[in-house]
Amino acid sequence: MTGLALVAHQFRYDQKAFWRNPASVFFTVMFPVVLLLIFGTVFGGQTVDVRGGIKTTTYYVPAIITLSIISATMQSLAMSLVIAREDGRLKRGRGTPMPPSVFIAGRIGNSIVVALIMMALLALIGRVAYGVSIPWSQLPDVVLVLVVGAAAFACLGIALTAAIPSQDAAAPIVNALLLPLYFLSGVFIPDDQLPSGVIHFADAFPIRHFFEAFFDAYVPAAGGGAGVSWGNLAIVAIWGVVGLLLAVRFFRWTPRSG
Amino acid sequence: MSYGQTEAVRGIDFEVMAGEVFAFLGPNGAGKTTTVEILEGYRDRTGGEVSVLGEDPQHAGRSWRERIGIVLQEGRLDPYLTVRESLGLYAGYFRSPRPIDEVIALVGLEGKAEERARKLSGGQQRRLDVGMALIGDPELLFLDEPTTGFDPSARRQFWDVIAGLRDLGKTVFLTTHYMEEAQRLADRVTIIAAGEIVARGTPEDLGERESQAATIRYRAAGREVKVETTTPVETLHELTGAALARGEDLEGLEVTRPSLEDVYLELTAAAEVGE
Repeated sequence: MTGLALVAHQFRYDQKAFWRNPASVFFTVMFPVVLLLIFGTVFGGQTVDVRGGIKTTTYYVPAIITLSIISATMQSLAMSLVIAREDGRLKRGRGTPMPPSVFIAGRIGNSIVVALIMMALLALIGRVAYGVSIPWSQLPDVVLVLVVGAAAFACLGIALTAAIPSQDAAAPIVNALLLPLYFLSGVFIPDDQLPSGVIHFADAFPIRHFFEAFFDAYVPAAGGGAGVSWGNLAIVAIWGVVGLLLAVRFFRWTPRSG
Repeated sequence: MSYGQTEAVRGIDFEVMAGEVFAFLGPNGAGKTTTVEILEGYRDRTGGEVSVLGEDPQHAGRSWRERIGIVLQEGRLDPYLTVRESLGLYAGYFRSPRPIDEVIALVGLEGKAEERARKLSGGQQRRLDVGMALIGDPELLFLDEPTTGFDPSARRQFWDVIAGLRDLGKTVFLTTHYMEEAQRLADRVTIIAAGEIVARGTPEDLGERESQAATIRYRAAGREVKVETTTPVETLHELTGAALARGEDLEGLEVTRPSLEDVYLELTAAAEVGE
């Protein structure tokens, strides 16, 4: 097998391993679902002063989908790759004729597919539980933003593994980076309650830009879709390219401990 | 060959013949893993020449990797893939893999094919590990301390698997710190200690060393007598002859030879002191 066939082969096995792993299913799939249900239940019925006033749940559905995309890509890859690296599994794979780019492409593909599934799941829950309409007419835009963002955050997750020394350090490091940014970027706390200084600070990182791009694609503005927010999406893509370059330069196949 | 500040191994020189089981034996920290990682292409050396299957591992590419199989000292498996799936994943990496069922039989995991790796015992996981190294049908197989931490029965099962590989005509490069393992499996043994080669030969050659010195012990007049000899038959004949002539018994008479293990310990201890 060569090229794409080999990537597809790798992807197939990565999918199996992902869905059978209770930890990945819990943190990547269940956690965003639970968050959406909590936010929707606690803050449902209120309005957010965004776009001239929308329902809280209309705000939280794309917000939690944003979180779930980052979780399925950056968080999940950073953690699972560090575990596989320290286990010696990456080293074993590197000893075969498999080209490293194939392995990485398979993993990125896997995380993008999980992100798509998460979007579908959360959009469905949003529709059924809170009446948040699914933006069928903007679907191509939504998927485009998702795929660009998912690929970018996947690259950032792979780059991040270089900064994680051990399996034990993986979860603390990833959470210490992501959790504060979810708060500061308006994912947990709506925009209208965040001071502008905070938003300016969050603008220095990719999560805020991705959230804005995804929100604009998912929630149609009154009188015609906001469509793709190209500026935000470009910044996310640049972060992804930087992540990819760092990953190519610093990614390790051999355990760091021992 | 060195890394970091200290030279891990130096001046070591050996050849492995096609089709043989070659054991690279030495205590922990002797430089075995450094050497094998250089041969596998994981580690760059700082000096010297290395040729594996005609290529320098440091610069060898995909086609070279088609021809080798590697069992790492520590390499866990994907816990959520079954035996068959783990092998299937790796089979896809090679141009002409061995049939999966054949490999399962080779490593004695029939009946476990649909079991997930996490449900396998330590010995079974290790055999699957070997299976993953064999799936590409390599000419040369590296095994780095494959039975460390095994119980005796798991070790014996594993040895049967390796003995089977010899019959397939594979070249096996085995590192181990178990003398018995080298003795049981290898055609030739090279002993390394403190980064240098201290002995080499067939297990029988190394065994001959031991037959050169035997110890005869007995008690005479309540005293312990110990005679070291390289000609035990002759010496024993003289001693027993003299005792019979005197009408005495040689109480507690015994002839002992150092085991291969003793020879090995002596060799490696000497190298470490001399460092």
